[in-house]
Amino acid sequence: MNSRIGYVAFNTFREAVRDRVLYNLIAFAVLLSGAAVLVGEISIDIERLVVVNLGLTAVSLFGVVIAIFMGIGLVSKEIEKRTLYTVLSRPLRRWEFVVGKFFGLTGTLIVNTLFMAIGVFLALLYVAHKFSPADLWVLVALYFIVLEFLIVCALALFFSSFSTPVMSALFTFALFVIGSLAEDLRGFAQLTLGAAGALATGIAYVVPNFSALNIINEAAHGDPVPGRLILYNTAYALLYSAMTISGAVLIFQRRNLK
Amino acid sequence: MAAIEILDLEKTYHVGFWRKRPKQALRPLRLTIEEGEVFGFLGPNGAGKTTTLKLLMGLASPTAGTARILGMDIDDPEVKAKIGFLPEQPYFYDYLTGRELLTYYAQLSGVAAKERSKRVEAMLERFGLSDSAGVQLRKYSKGMLQRVGLAQAILHDPKVVFLDEPMSGLDPMGRREVREMIQEMRNEGKTVFFSTHILSDAEALCDRVAIIHQGELRGVGAVAQLTSQTQGRVEIIFCAQTVPAALTALGVEARVSGDMVNAVVEEQKQDAALEILRREGIRLISLTPVRSSLEEYYIEKLRARGNGKGAGA
Repeated sequence: MNSRIGYVAFNTFREAVRDRVLYNLIAFAVLLSGAAVLVGEISIDIERLVVVNLGLTAVSLFGVVIAIFMGIGLVSKEIEKRTLYTVLSRPLRRWEFVVGKFFGLTGTLIVNTLFMAIGVFLALLYVAHKFSPADLWVLVALYFIVLEFLIVCALALFFSSFSTPVMSALFTFALFVIGSLAEDLRGFAQLTLGAAGALATGIAYVVPNFSALNIINEAAHGDPVPGRLILYNTAYALLYSAMTISGAVLIFQRRNLK
Repeated sequence: MAAIEILDLEKTYHVGFWRKRPKQALRPLRLTIEEGEVFGFLGPNGAGKTTTLKLLMGLASPTAGTARILGMDIDDPEVKAKIGFLPEQPYFYDYLTGRELLTYYAQLSGVAAKERSKRVEAMLERFGLSDSAGVQLRKYSKGMLQRVGLAQAILHDPKVVFLDEPMSGLDPMGRREVREMIQEMRNEGKTVFFSTHILSDAEALCDRVAIIHQGELRGVGAVAQLTSQTQGRVEIIFCAQTVPAALTALGVEARVSGDMVNAVVEEQKQDAALEILRREGIRLISLTPVRSSLEEYYIEKLRARGNGKGAGA
């Protein structure tokens, strides 16, 4: 990685940590330990199912909320507060700034997810008293959640390169919701004919396919994940985020700072 | 060699809901600033000073024209390593300490790793920030932030420094500090281009000034030359509590302040005025020719609408 991108990424990460972004881990820990104790009391044999489902859903939601709210401010806040003036008047290219910001944000989310993953496995150990081979699929589900964060971060950054923070949050959240229903949308498109069908197909393939990245239910049931899906999802998430970041760079490159 | 060459730089923004209404923020601007000069870019708020600086820094793209800094095109990334910039009322990353911020900027400016820490510490020392170097910037006062701003602008030892309203919002002590720092930059041989609407600062610091108003260059001139021109009048200060009637009859403009009178008279009537004072036994304190001030030049240029063509570097 270009060293200037690394400096921007590290600075973004450091500012996020000092801005108490990782405080969400406290809320996560309280939620998960409460749930683990509760299911341990009231359920028989479904403790693992409940802990994995609840834990991974919380990891995903907490992360998406952070990705959106940090992502939308990454560029616009720097323009608004004019911190960008002293940064871009240095030998730093605009694309390096955007890519550095992206890496800084995803780095923050990966660290956040690591802590949450430890929490999920501790809760699993608490309810099941031991780890099982099926827990490997929980790790894969967590990896898919990280891929999901890559796309959400890229989208938030893309919208914030030309829109206001509120609108960027709305657009990103809307795409996250639509993307989570992408498989249903594709099914609907296949059943629809004519112009409406073409439009639905177009939308279904343009919006990010978050439903393919969601294997929380399968992981909770201990169902194995095919290696091919891991490969496809990795390639899809990397390509989708790279294209979105390229779009953000193209827009930001031409932007006049107010 | 010219440090800065602005070659018909022009900026038009499109405003309104559909962005159809053009607003010319900067009319074609042509200006040359020599190496080692302290150059003041003067104009009222909204005159186009910040727009010009943004275009030179690559923060906005020009509608037409170009500029060269140290012979390099402003689009050349290399040029950024040789310039320093302090924006108006700078804002920095709240959660970084003064030392961390300067280190970050040193990294981005390409200061070699082994030299970085030495350079940062030297800047902290020079700007009196060593004691607060470990404190987060959100706890800094406005004056301290301005000092951090100046430190980051010259941290990488640039040859040309751009300062946008560097004295804006500072108390008298802060303004004095900034003035001294600009003097130091001049002594180090740096070219300083700074925008301001505080004329006394420009008069005290600049070799030359340019006046801009409504996006149009109204005049350029050397400060020493502008302020050395006499106006054909003299100022006489003498001890008295009233203005002698004979002086009033001479057409003197006088102002009484306690036991002193400050009178301004045309040069050819100077001897007659002094004779009146001698005759009345009044003690003379001083007699000085009235010189043009930068303020008068500024006002004259601001009033001269559409007179940018006569301006030249």
